[in-house]
Amino acid sequence: MNIDSGNTAWILASTALVLLMTPGLAFFYGGMTRAKSVLNMMMMSFVSIAVVGMVWVVYGYSLAFSDGGALGSFIGGLGDWGLVGLEKTATADDGSGIPSLVFVTFQATFAIITVALISGAIADRAKFGAWVLFTLVWVTLVYLPIAHWVWGPEGWLLELGALDFAGGTVVHINAGVAALALALVLGKRRGWPKDPMRPHNLPFVLLGAGLLWFGWFGFNGGSALAANEVAAVALINTLVATCAAAFAWIIVEKLRDGASTTLGIASGVVAGLVAITPAAAFVTPLGAIALGLIAGAVCAFAVSLKYKLGYDDSLDVVGVHMVGGIIGALLIGFIATTAVNDAGADGLLAGGGIGLLGKQAAGVGATILYSFVATFIIAKIIDLVMGFRVDAEDEISGIDSAAHAETAYDFGSVHAGAGASTGSLASTTTTEQKKVEAEA
Amino acid sequence: MKLITAVIKPFKLDEVKAALETFGVKGLTVSEASGYGRQKGHTEVYRGAEYKVDLVPKLRIEVLVDTEDADDIIDVIVKAARTEKIGDGKVWATPVDAVVRVRTGETGPDAL
Repeated sequence: MNIDSGNTAWILASTALVLLMTPGLAFFYGGMTRAKSVLNMMMMSFVSIAVVGMVWVVYGYSLAFSDGGALGSFIGGLGDWGLVGLEKTATADDGSGIPSLVFVTFQATFAIITVALISGAIADRAKFGAWVLFTLVWVTLVYLPIAHWVWGPEGWLLELGALDFAGGTVVHINAGVAALALALVLGKRRGWPKDPMRPHNLPFVLLGAGLLWFGWFGFNGGSALAANEVAAVALINTLVATCAAAFAWIIVEKLRDGASTTLGIASGVVAGLVAITPAAAFVTPLGAIALGLIAGAVCAFAVSLKYKLGYDDSLDVVGVHMVGGIIGALLIGFIATTAVNDAGADGLLAGGGIGLLGKQAAGVGATILYSFVATFIIAKIIDLVMGFRVDAEDEISGIDSAAHAETAYDFGSVHAGAGASTGSLASTTTTEQKKVEAEA
Repeated sequence: MKLITAVIKPFKLDEVKAALETFGVKGLTVSEASGYGRQKGHTEVYRGAEYKVDLVPKLRIEVLVDTEDADDIIDVIVKAARTEKIGDGKVWATPVDAVVRVRTGETGPDAL
Protein backbone atom coordinates (compact mmCIF):
# COMPACT_ATOMS: atom_id res chain seq x y z
CA MET A 1 0.00 0.00 0.00
CA ASN A 2 1.46 3.31 -1.17
CA ILE A 3 0.43 6.24 1.06
CA ASP A 4 1.61 9.75 1.98
CA SER A 5 2.82 9.59 5.56
CA GLY A 6 2.47 13.36 6.17
CA ASN A 7 -1.16 13.38 5.07
CA THR A 8 -1.83 10.23 7.06
CA ALA A 9 -0.30 11.66 10.22
CA TRP A 10 -2.47 14.78 10.01
CA ILE A 11 -5.71 12.85 9.52
CA LEU A 12 -4.80 10.48 12.35
CA ALA A 13 -4.44 13.52 14.61
CA SER A 14 -7.55 15.20 13.20
CA THR A 15 -9.63 12.12 13.93
CA ALA A 16 -8.75 12.32 17.60
CA LEU A 17 -9.45 16.07 17.58
CA VAL A 18 -12.93 15.63 16.10
CA LEU A 19 -13.86 12.79 18.44
CA LEU A 20 -13.06 15.06 21.41
CA MET A 21 -15.68 17.51 20.14
CA THR A 22 -18.52 15.23 21.26
CA PRO A 23 -17.44 15.08 24.92
CA GLY A 24 -16.84 18.84 24.53
CA LEU A 25 -20.41 19.18 23.31
CA ALA A 26 -21.56 17.18 26.33
CA PHE A 27 -20.00 19.84 28.59
CA PHE A 28 -21.31 22.71 26.43
CA TYR A 29 -24.85 21.34 26.61
CA GLY A 30 -24.57 19.90 30.13
CA GLY A 31 -23.67 23.26 31.63
CA MET A 32 -26.72 24.86 30.02
CA THR A 33 -29.23 22.47 31.56
CA ARG A 34 -30.50 22.59 35.12
CA ALA A 35 -28.56 20.67 37.80
CA LYS A 36 -31.21 17.96 37.92
CA SER A 37 -30.75 16.93 34.27
CA VAL A 38 -27.07 17.50 33.49
CA LEU A 39 -26.18 13.79 33.52
CA ASN A 40 -28.93 12.87 31.07
CA MET A 41 -27.82 15.67 28.76
CA MET A 42 -24.19 14.52 28.79
CA MET A 43 -25.25 10.89 28.51
CA MET A 44 -27.12 11.59 25.26
CA SER A 45 -23.85 12.76 23.69
CA PHE A 46 -21.81 9.87 25.03
CA VAL A 47 -24.31 7.21 23.94
CA SER A 48 -24.28 8.73 20.45
CA ILE A 49 -20.58 7.88 20.31
CA ALA A 50 -21.32 4.31 21.39
CA VAL A 51 -24.17 3.65 18.94
CA VAL A 52 -22.97 5.54 15.87
CA GLY A 53 -19.42 4.21 16.18
CA MET A 54 -20.67 0.64 15.77
CA VAL A 55 -23.21 1.53 13.06
CA TRP A 56 -20.42 3.21 11.10
CA VAL A 57 -18.30 0.06 11.00
CA VAL A 58 -21.14 -2.37 10.26
CA TYR A 59 -22.92 -0.50 7.43
CA GLY A 60 -22.72 3.28 7.96
CA TYR A 61 -19.50 3.95 6.12
CA SER A 62 -20.58 1.74 3.27
CA LEU A 63 -23.96 3.43 2.77
CA ALA A 64 -22.42 6.90 2.95
CA PHE A 65 -19.23 6.50 0.95
CA SER A 66 -19.33 3.43 -1.28
CA ASP A 67 -20.65 3.13 -4.83
CA GLY A 68 -24.42 2.85 -4.80
CA GLY A 69 -24.93 1.51 -8.33
CA ALA A 70 -28.28 2.56 -9.79
CA LEU A 71 -29.18 4.54 -6.65
CA GLY A 72 -25.69 6.07 -6.50
CA SER A 73 -26.90 9.67 -6.62
CA PHE A 74 -28.80 9.25 -3.37
CA ILE A 75 -27.21 6.49 -1.29
CA GLY A 76 -24.17 4.23 -1.29
CA GLY A 77 -24.20 0.45 -1.46
CA LEU A 78 -23.39 -2.32 0.99
CA GLY A 79 -20.18 -3.32 -0.80
CA ASP A 80 -18.00 -2.10 2.08
CA TRP A 81 -20.16 -3.46 4.92
CA GLY A 82 -18.13 -4.36 7.99
CA LEU A 83 -15.15 -2.61 6.35
CA VAL A 84 -14.29 -6.05 4.97
CA GLY A 85 -11.39 -5.84 2.55
CA LEU A 86 -10.49 -2.20 3.29
CA GLU A 87 -7.59 -3.07 5.58
CA LYS A 88 -4.77 -2.73 3.07
CA THR A 89 -6.29 -0.16 0.70
CA ALA A 90 -5.70 3.58 0.38
CA THR A 91 -7.87 6.53 -0.66
CA ALA A 92 -5.69 7.13 -3.73
CA ASP A 93 -3.48 4.85 -5.84
CA ASP A 94 -0.80 7.42 -6.72
CA GLY A 95 0.77 7.57 -3.26
CA SER A 96 -0.91 10.87 -2.26
CA GLY A 97 -3.65 9.19 -0.25
CA ILE A 98 -4.17 7.88 3.28
CA PRO A 99 -5.17 4.39 4.45
CA SER A 100 -8.88 3.78 3.86
CA LEU A 101 -9.40 2.90 7.52
CA VAL A 102 -8.03 6.30 8.59
CA PHE A 103 -10.57 7.99 6.30
CA VAL A 104 -13.31 5.71 7.65
CA THR A 105 -12.51 6.56 11.27
CA PHE A 106 -12.20 10.29 10.54
CA GLN A 107 -15.65 10.28 8.93
CA ALA A 108 -17.13 8.24 11.80
CA THR A 109 -16.43 11.12 14.16
CA PHE A 110 -18.53 13.45 11.97
CA ALA A 111 -21.54 11.13 12.04
CA ILE A 112 -21.18 10.83 15.82
CA ILE A 113 -21.23 14.55 16.56
CA THR A 114 -24.07 15.24 14.15
CA VAL A 115 -26.35 12.90 16.08
CA ALA A 116 -25.17 14.27 19.44
CA LEU A 117 -25.87 17.87 18.34
CA ILE A 118 -29.60 17.14 18.01
CA SER A 119 -29.93 16.22 21.70
CA GLY A 120 -29.71 19.87 22.77
CA ALA A 121 -33.26 20.45 21.56
CA ILE A 122 -34.84 17.93 23.92
CA ALA A 123 -33.17 18.62 27.28
CA ASP A 124 -34.84 17.40 30.49
CA ARG A 125 -37.64 15.35 28.94
CA ALA A 126 -36.66 12.53 26.55
CA LYS A 127 -36.83 8.85 27.50
CA PHE A 128 -33.30 7.54 27.34
CA GLY A 129 -34.27 4.33 25.56
CA ALA A 130 -36.22 6.30 22.96
CA TRP A 131 -33.17 8.52 22.36
CA VAL A 132 -30.91 5.48 21.89
CA LEU A 133 -33.32 4.05 19.32
CA PHE A 134 -33.54 7.46 17.65
CA THR A 135 -29.75 7.71 17.25
CA LEU A 136 -29.70 4.35 15.47
CA VAL A 137 -32.62 5.06 13.13
CA TRP A 138 -31.76 8.71 12.44
CA VAL A 139 -28.13 8.15 11.53
CA THR A 140 -29.24 5.38 9.18
CA LEU A 141 -32.14 7.09 7.43
CA VAL A 142 -31.10 10.75 7.55
CA TYR A 143 -27.37 11.20 8.06
CA LEU A 144 -26.10 8.49 5.72
CA PRO A 145 -28.14 9.61 2.67
CA ILE A 146 -27.30 13.31 3.10
CA ALA A 147 -23.60 12.54 3.66
CA HIS A 148 -23.71 10.53 0.43
CA TRP A 149 -25.39 13.38 -1.49
CA VAL A 150 -22.63 15.80 -0.53
CA TRP A 151 -19.49 13.68 -0.19
CA GLY A 152 -20.18 10.22 -1.64
CA PRO A 153 -19.18 9.06 -5.12
CA GLU A 154 -21.80 10.37 -7.61
CA GLY A 155 -23.71 12.14 -4.81
CA TRP A 156 -26.17 14.49 -6.50
CA LEU A 157 -25.21 17.66 -4.60
CA LEU A 158 -21.53 16.97 -5.30
CA GLU A 159 -22.27 16.51 -9.00
CA LEU A 160 -24.38 19.69 -8.99
CA GLY A 161 -21.35 21.64 -7.76
CA ALA A 162 -22.67 22.77 -4.36
CA LEU A 163 -19.74 23.46 -2.04
CA ASP A 164 -19.66 22.07 1.50
CA PHE A 165 -16.09 21.83 2.72
CA ALA A 166 -16.48 20.20 6.12
CA GLY A 167 -20.18 19.60 6.70
CA GLY A 168 -22.24 22.79 6.91
CA THR A 169 -25.20 21.05 5.27
CA VAL A 170 -24.48 17.43 6.23
CA VAL A 171 -23.70 18.14 9.88
CA HIS A 172 -25.05 21.50 10.99
CA ILE A 173 -28.10 22.36 8.92
CA ASN A 174 -29.05 18.69 9.11
CA ALA A 175 -28.73 18.53 12.92
CA GLY A 176 -30.38 21.93 13.40
CA VAL A 177 -33.41 21.02 11.29
CA ALA A 178 -33.69 17.59 12.93
CA ALA A 179 -33.57 19.36 16.30
CA LEU A 180 -36.52 21.52 15.28
CA ALA A 181 -38.54 18.49 14.19
CA LEU A 182 -37.72 16.63 17.39
CA ALA A 183 -38.58 19.63 19.60
CA LEU A 184 -41.96 19.86 17.84
CA VAL A 185 -42.73 16.16 18.30
CA LEU A 186 -41.72 16.10 21.98
CA GLY A 187 -43.35 19.41 22.86
CA LYS A 188 -42.37 21.99 25.45
CA ARG A 189 -40.88 21.24 28.83
CA ARG A 190 -43.34 21.61 31.69
CA GLY A 191 -43.25 25.22 32.78
CA TRP A 192 -41.47 26.52 29.65
CA PRO A 193 -41.17 29.40 28.97
CA LYS A 194 -42.67 30.76 32.21
CA ASP A 195 -40.38 29.04 34.71
CA PRO A 196 -36.73 30.05 34.83
CA MET A 197 -34.54 27.35 33.27
CA ARG A 198 -31.16 28.89 33.77
CA PRO A 199 -27.84 27.28 32.86
CA HIS A 200 -26.61 25.59 36.04
CA ASN A 201 -22.87 25.71 35.28
CA LEU A 202 -21.51 28.36 32.94
CA PRO A 203 -17.87 27.31 33.45
CA PHE A 204 -18.89 23.92 31.93
CA VAL A 205 -20.35 25.79 28.96
CA LEU A 206 -17.08 27.67 28.46
CA LEU A 207 -15.05 24.48 28.87
CA GLY A 208 -17.23 22.79 26.27
CA ALA A 209 -16.96 25.69 23.83
CA GLY A 210 -13.17 25.62 24.24
CA LEU A 211 -13.00 21.88 23.56
CA LEU A 212 -15.25 22.30 20.52
CA TRP A 213 -13.02 25.05 19.10
CA PHE A 214 -9.92 22.91 19.71
CA GLY A 215 -11.47 19.90 18.02
CA TRP A 216 -12.82 21.98 15.15
CA PHE A 217 -9.28 22.52 13.83
CA GLY A 218 -9.37 18.80 13.05
CA PHE A 219 -12.94 19.01 11.74
CA ASN A 220 -12.14 21.76 9.21
CA GLY A 221 -8.38 21.38 8.86
CA GLY A 222 -8.66 17.62 8.53
CA SER A 223 -11.35 17.92 5.88
CA ALA A 224 -8.60 18.85 3.40
CA LEU A 225 -7.69 15.16 3.82
CA ALA A 226 -4.09 16.25 3.41
CA ALA A 227 -1.42 18.22 5.25
CA ASN A 228 -1.25 20.95 2.64
CA GLU A 229 -2.10 24.57 1.71
CA VAL A 230 -5.84 23.84 1.67
CA ALA A 231 -5.66 22.65 5.28
CA ALA A 232 -3.77 25.86 6.07
CA VAL A 233 -6.58 28.04 4.68
CA ALA A 234 -9.13 26.04 6.66
CA LEU A 235 -7.01 26.43 9.79
CA ILE A 236 -6.70 30.22 9.76
CA ASN A 237 -10.36 30.63 8.81
CA THR A 238 -11.43 28.34 11.67
CA LEU A 239 -9.57 30.65 14.01
CA VAL A 240 -10.60 34.04 12.71
CA ALA A 241 -14.25 33.50 11.72
CA THR A 242 -14.81 32.20 15.24
CA CYS A 243 -13.12 35.23 16.80
CA ALA A 244 -15.39 37.49 14.74
CA ALA A 245 -18.59 35.65 15.64
CA ALA A 246 -17.76 35.53 19.36
CA PHE A 247 -17.06 39.26 19.33
CA ALA A 248 -20.20 40.09 17.32
CA TRP A 249 -22.41 38.09 19.70
CA ILE A 250 -21.21 39.92 22.84
CA ILE A 251 -21.50 43.31 21.12
CA VAL A 252 -25.14 42.53 20.27
CA GLU A 253 -25.69 41.53 23.91
CA LYS A 254 -24.07 44.68 25.25
CA LEU A 255 -26.25 46.88 23.05
CA ARG A 256 -29.46 44.89 23.51
CA ASP A 257 -29.29 43.53 27.08
CA GLY A 258 -26.76 45.82 28.74
CA ALA A 259 -24.13 43.17 29.54
CA SER A 260 -21.80 40.90 27.58
CA THR A 261 -22.16 37.37 28.97
CA THR A 262 -20.04 34.23 29.15
CA LEU A 263 -22.93 32.22 27.69
CA GLY A 264 -22.96 34.76 24.86
CA ILE A 265 -19.28 34.47 24.01
CA ALA A 266 -19.44 30.66 24.18
CA SER A 267 -22.49 30.69 21.90
CA GLY A 268 -20.75 33.09 19.51
CA VAL A 269 -17.76 30.75 19.34
CA VAL A 270 -20.00 27.86 18.30
CA ALA A 271 -22.01 29.98 15.84
CA GLY A 272 -18.78 31.09 14.16
CA LEU A 273 -17.43 27.54 13.98
CA VAL A 274 -20.70 26.33 12.47
CA ALA A 275 -20.83 29.09 9.86
CA ILE A 276 -17.21 28.73 8.70
CA THR A 277 -17.50 24.93 8.42
CA PRO A 278 -18.85 24.73 4.84
CA ALA A 279 -16.73 27.70 3.74
CA ALA A 280 -13.48 26.97 5.57
CA ALA A 281 -11.23 26.36 2.54
CA PHE A 282 -13.17 28.44 0.00
CA VAL A 283 -12.89 31.99 1.42
CA THR A 284 -10.05 34.36 2.32
CA PRO A 285 -9.27 35.08 5.98
CA LEU A 286 -10.78 38.57 5.56
CA GLY A 287 -13.86 36.97 4.05
CA ALA A 288 -13.95 34.66 7.07
CA ILE A 289 -14.02 37.68 9.41
CA ALA A 290 -17.01 39.11 7.53
CA LEU A 291 -18.73 35.73 7.59
CA GLY A 292 -18.09 35.36 11.33
CA LEU A 293 -19.38 38.84 12.18
CA ILE A 294 -22.62 38.19 10.27
CA ALA A 295 -23.09 34.72 11.78
CA GLY A 296 -22.45 35.87 15.35
CA ALA A 297 -24.82 38.83 15.13
CA VAL A 298 -27.63 37.00 13.31
CA CYS A 299 -27.48 33.94 15.59
CA ALA A 300 -27.54 36.18 18.68
CA PHE A 301 -30.98 37.31 17.50
CA ALA A 302 -32.07 33.94 16.07
CA VAL A 303 -31.96 32.22 19.48
CA SER A 304 -34.87 34.42 20.61
CA LEU A 305 -37.14 33.17 17.81
CA LYS A 306 -38.25 30.17 19.86
CA TYR A 307 -40.01 32.44 22.36
CA LYS A 308 -41.92 34.17 19.56
CA LEU A 309 -42.76 30.98 17.66
CA GLY A 310 -43.33 28.82 20.75
CA TYR A 311 -41.10 25.76 20.16
CA ASP A 312 -38.90 24.61 23.03
CA ASP A 313 -35.55 24.06 21.31
CA SER A 314 -34.05 23.96 24.79
CA LEU A 315 -30.38 24.70 24.08
CA ASP A 316 -30.79 26.54 20.75
CA VAL A 317 -29.65 23.93 18.25
CA VAL A 318 -31.92 25.59 15.67
CA GLY A 319 -30.81 29.14 16.39
CA VAL A 320 -27.10 28.27 16.32
CA HIS A 321 -26.60 25.23 14.07
CA MET A 322 -29.42 25.56 11.55
CA VAL A 323 -29.21 29.33 11.21
CA GLY A 324 -25.39 29.40 11.41
CA GLY A 325 -25.14 26.58 8.88
CA ILE A 326 -27.48 28.33 6.44
CA ILE A 327 -25.52 31.59 6.76
CA GLY A 328 -22.23 29.82 6.04
CA ALA A 329 -23.60 27.80 3.13
CA LEU A 330 -25.24 30.79 1.44
CA LEU A 331 -22.35 33.23 2.01
CA ILE A 332 -20.16 30.84 0.01
CA GLY A 333 -22.27 31.93 -2.96
CA PHE A 334 -21.09 35.50 -2.38
CA ILE A 335 -17.51 35.37 -1.10
CA ALA A 336 -15.99 32.07 -2.26
CA THR A 337 -12.88 32.57 -4.38
CA THR A 338 -10.57 30.26 -6.30
CA ALA A 339 -7.73 32.54 -5.22
CA VAL A 340 -7.39 30.45 -2.03
CA ASN A 341 -8.30 27.01 -3.41
CA ASP A 342 -8.39 25.77 -7.02
CA ALA A 343 -10.90 23.09 -6.05
CA GLY A 344 -13.39 25.78 -4.92
CA ALA A 345 -15.38 28.19 -7.05
CA ASP A 346 -15.92 31.92 -7.51
CA GLY A 347 -18.94 33.47 -5.80
CA LEU A 348 -20.86 36.59 -6.78
CA LEU A 349 -18.37 39.05 -5.27
CA ALA A 350 -15.40 37.21 -6.82
CA GLY A 351 -16.86 37.61 -10.31
CA GLY A 352 -18.32 34.12 -10.57
CA GLY A 353 -21.91 35.23 -11.15
CA ILE A 354 -25.00 34.05 -9.35
CA GLY A 355 -24.68 30.38 -10.36
CA LEU A 356 -22.85 29.25 -7.22
CA LEU A 357 -25.40 30.92 -4.94
CA GLY A 358 -28.15 28.97 -6.71
CA LYS A 359 -26.32 25.68 -6.17
CA GLN A 360 -25.74 26.54 -2.51
CA ALA A 361 -29.42 27.35 -2.06
CA ALA A 362 -30.33 24.02 -3.66
CA GLY A 363 -28.11 22.17 -1.21
CA VAL A 364 -29.56 24.07 1.76
CA GLY A 365 -33.14 23.60 0.60
CA ALA A 366 -32.80 19.89 -0.11
CA THR A 367 -31.16 19.26 3.28
CA ILE A 368 -33.83 21.21 5.18
CA LEU A 369 -36.68 19.49 3.40
CA TYR A 370 -35.38 15.93 3.66
CA SER A 371 -34.07 16.23 7.21
CA PHE A 372 -37.25 17.84 8.56
CA VAL A 373 -39.71 15.42 6.97
CA ALA A 374 -37.68 12.28 7.68
CA THR A 375 -36.86 13.28 11.28
CA PHE A 376 -40.46 14.24 12.02
CA ILE A 377 -41.71 10.87 10.79
CA ILE A 378 -39.02 8.90 12.67
CA ALA A 379 -39.69 10.78 15.92
CA LYS A 380 -43.48 10.43 15.58
CA ILE A 381 -43.22 6.68 15.05
CA ILE A 382 -40.91 6.25 18.07
CA ASP A 383 -43.32 8.40 20.10
CA LEU A 384 -46.29 6.25 19.08
CA VAL A 385 -44.52 2.94 19.63
CA MET A 386 -42.76 3.53 22.96
CA GLY A 387 -43.37 7.15 23.97
CA PHE A 388 -40.57 9.68 23.57
CA ARG A 389 -41.22 11.67 26.76
CA VAL A 390 -40.71 10.73 30.38
CA ASP A 391 -43.60 10.89 32.88
CA ALA A 392 -44.55 14.27 34.29
CA GLU A 393 -43.33 13.21 37.73
CA ASP A 394 -39.90 12.15 36.45
CA GLU A 395 -39.56 15.34 34.44
CA ILE A 396 -40.33 17.51 37.45
CA SER A 397 -38.25 15.61 39.99
CA GLY A 398 -35.38 15.37 37.49
CA ILE A 399 -34.56 12.98 34.68
CA ASP A 400 -31.10 12.13 36.06
CA SER A 401 -32.38 10.12 38.99
CA ALA A 402 -35.38 8.77 37.04
CA ALA A 403 -33.48 7.55 33.97
CA HIS A 404 -29.98 6.90 35.27
CA ALA A 405 -30.38 6.36 39.04
CA GLU A 406 -27.76 9.03 39.65
CA THR A 407 -27.52 12.69 40.58
CA ALA A 408 -24.68 14.92 39.44
CA TYR A 409 -24.03 16.74 42.68
CA ASP A 410 -24.25 15.90 46.38
CA PHE A 411 -26.25 18.80 47.75
CA GLY A 412 -26.99 16.89 50.95
CA SER A 413 -24.37 18.51 53.14
CA VAL A 414 -22.40 21.74 53.29
CA HIS A 415 -19.14 19.81 53.15
CA ALA A 416 -19.99 16.87 50.89
CA GLY A 417 -18.20 13.72 51.90
CA ALA A 418 -16.84 15.19 55.13
CA GLY A 419 -18.94 13.05 57.40
CA ALA A 420 -22.45 14.46 57.06
CA SER A 421 -23.63 11.53 54.97
CA THR A 422 -26.78 11.82 52.88
CA GLY A 423 -27.61 8.15 53.04
CA SER A 424 -26.30 4.72 53.78
CA LEU A 425 -25.01 2.00 51.52
CA ALA A 426 -28.02 -0.03 50.41
CA SER A 427 -26.16 -2.96 48.90
CA THR A 428 -22.58 -3.90 48.19
CA THR A 429 -20.92 -5.98 45.57
CA THR A 430 -17.30 -6.08 46.63
CA THR A 431 -16.13 -9.42 47.94
CA GLU A 432 -14.38 -7.69 50.81
CA GLN A 433 -17.63 -6.24 52.14
CA LYS A 434 -19.60 -9.45 51.55
CA LYS A 435 -17.05 -11.26 53.66
CA VAL A 436 -17.48 -8.72 56.46
CA GLU A 437 -21.27 -9.11 56.30
CA ALA A 438 -21.03 -12.89 56.34
CA GLU A 439 -18.82 -12.86 59.42
CA ALA A 440 -21.19 -10.50 61.21
CA MET B 1 -29.84 33.56 77.50
CA LYS B 2 -30.60 34.58 73.92
CA LEU B 3 -30.20 33.13 70.46
CA ILE B 4 -28.94 35.74 68.01
CA THR B 5 -29.74 34.90 64.40
CA ALA B 6 -28.23 36.94 61.58
CA VAL B 7 -28.93 36.57 57.86
CA ILE B 8 -26.10 38.28 55.99
CA LYS B 9 -24.42 38.59 52.60
CA PRO B 10 -22.16 35.55 52.18
CA PHE B 11 -18.98 37.55 51.46
CA LYS B 12 -19.33 39.33 54.82
CA LEU B 13 -18.84 36.12 56.82
CA ASP B 14 -15.12 36.62 57.50
CA GLU B 15 -15.61 40.17 58.80
CA VAL B 16 -18.52 39.16 61.02
CA LYS B 17 -16.61 36.16 62.38
CA ALA B 18 -13.53 38.28 63.13
CA ALA B 19 -15.63 40.94 64.89
CA LEU B 20 -17.38 38.33 67.03
CA GLU B 21 -14.06 36.73 67.98
CA THR B 22 -12.68 40.13 68.97
CA PHE B 23 -15.76 40.68 71.15
CA GLY B 24 -15.12 37.34 72.87
CA VAL B 25 -17.80 35.09 71.40
CA LYS B 26 -16.51 31.51 71.69
CA GLY B 27 -18.61 29.69 69.07
CA LEU B 28 -21.15 30.06 66.34
CA THR B 29 -23.04 28.07 63.73
CA VAL B 30 -23.17 29.00 60.03
CA SER B 31 -25.55 27.61 57.43
CA GLU B 32 -26.37 28.41 53.84
CA ALA B 33 -29.73 30.02 53.24
CA SER B 34 -31.72 31.60 50.41
CA GLY B 35 -34.34 34.24 50.59
CA TYR B 36 -35.40 37.74 49.72
CA GLY B 37 -36.36 40.93 51.47
CA ARG B 38 -37.35 44.27 50.08
CA GLN B 39 -34.88 43.96 47.20
CA LYS B 40 -36.97 41.06 45.79
CA GLY B 41 -34.19 39.13 44.03
CA HIS B 42 -32.68 40.32 40.79
CA THR B 43 -32.78 39.83 37.01
CA GLU B 44 -30.38 37.74 34.92
CA VAL B 45 -30.20 37.52 31.11
CA TYR B 46 -29.37 34.28 29.26
CA ARG B 47 -29.19 34.38 25.44
CA GLY B 48 -31.43 37.43 25.47
CA ALA B 49 -34.08 35.90 27.75
CA GLU B 50 -34.62 37.68 31.09
CA TYR B 51 -35.03 35.57 34.20
CA LYS B 52 -36.21 36.90 37.55
CA VAL B 53 -34.22 35.27 40.33
CA ASP B 54 -36.36 35.56 43.48
CA LEU B 55 -34.18 33.82 46.03
CA VAL B 56 -30.78 35.32 46.75
CA PRO B 57 -28.05 33.23 48.42
CA LYS B 58 -27.37 34.27 52.03
CA LEU B 59 -25.63 32.93 55.12
CA ARG B 60 -27.41 32.40 58.43
CA ILE B 61 -25.26 32.83 61.56
CA GLU B 62 -26.53 31.61 64.93
CA VAL B 63 -24.89 32.53 68.25
CA LEU B 64 -26.02 31.65 71.79
CA VAL B 65 -25.21 34.49 74.21
CA ASP B 66 -25.82 35.79 77.70
CA THR B 67 -28.85 38.06 77.88
CA GLU B 68 -26.77 41.08 79.00
CA ASP B 69 -24.41 40.71 75.99
CA ALA B 70 -27.19 40.38 73.41
CA ASP B 71 -27.56 44.03 72.43
CA ASP B 72 -23.79 44.54 72.12
CA ILE B 73 -23.38 41.44 69.98
CA ILE B 74 -26.22 42.46 67.67
CA ASP B 75 -24.45 45.78 67.33
CA VAL B 76 -21.14 44.05 66.47
CA ILE B 77 -22.77 41.89 63.79
CA VAL B 78 -24.71 44.77 62.25
CA LYS B 79 -21.59 46.95 62.00
CA ALA B 80 -19.48 44.16 60.47
CA ALA B 81 -22.14 43.01 57.98
CA ARG B 82 -23.21 46.42 56.73
CA THR B 83 -22.47 47.53 53.14
CA GLU B 84 -25.26 50.16 53.12
CA LYS B 85 -26.59 48.58 49.93
CA ILE B 86 -29.95 46.88 49.61
CA GLY B 87 -29.94 43.21 50.65
CA ASP B 88 -27.62 43.51 53.67
CA GLY B 89 -29.87 41.19 55.69
CA LYS B 90 -31.32 41.16 59.21
CA VAL B 91 -30.31 40.32 62.77
CA TRP B 92 -32.70 39.32 65.54
CA ALA B 93 -32.68 37.84 69.05
CA THR B 94 -35.00 35.27 70.60
CA PRO B 95 -35.15 34.10 74.23
CA VAL B 96 -33.71 30.66 75.00
CA ASP B 97 -35.03 28.50 77.85
CA ALA B 98 -32.35 25.85 78.15
CA VAL B 99 -28.85 25.10 76.87
CA VAL B 100 -26.81 21.97 77.61
CA ARG B 101 -23.18 21.34 76.63
CA VAL B 102 -23.21 17.80 75.24
CA ARG B 103 -19.70 16.79 76.37
CA THR B 104 -19.95 17.78 80.06
CA GLY B 105 -23.64 18.08 80.76
CA GLU B 106 -23.21 21.69 81.99
CA THR B 107 -26.42 23.69 81.76
CA GLY B 108 -27.50 27.33 81.50
CA PRO B 109 -24.95 30.17 81.11
CA ASP B 110 -22.10 27.77 82.00
CA ALA B 111 -22.80 25.89 78.78
CA LEU B 112 -22.33 28.94 76.54
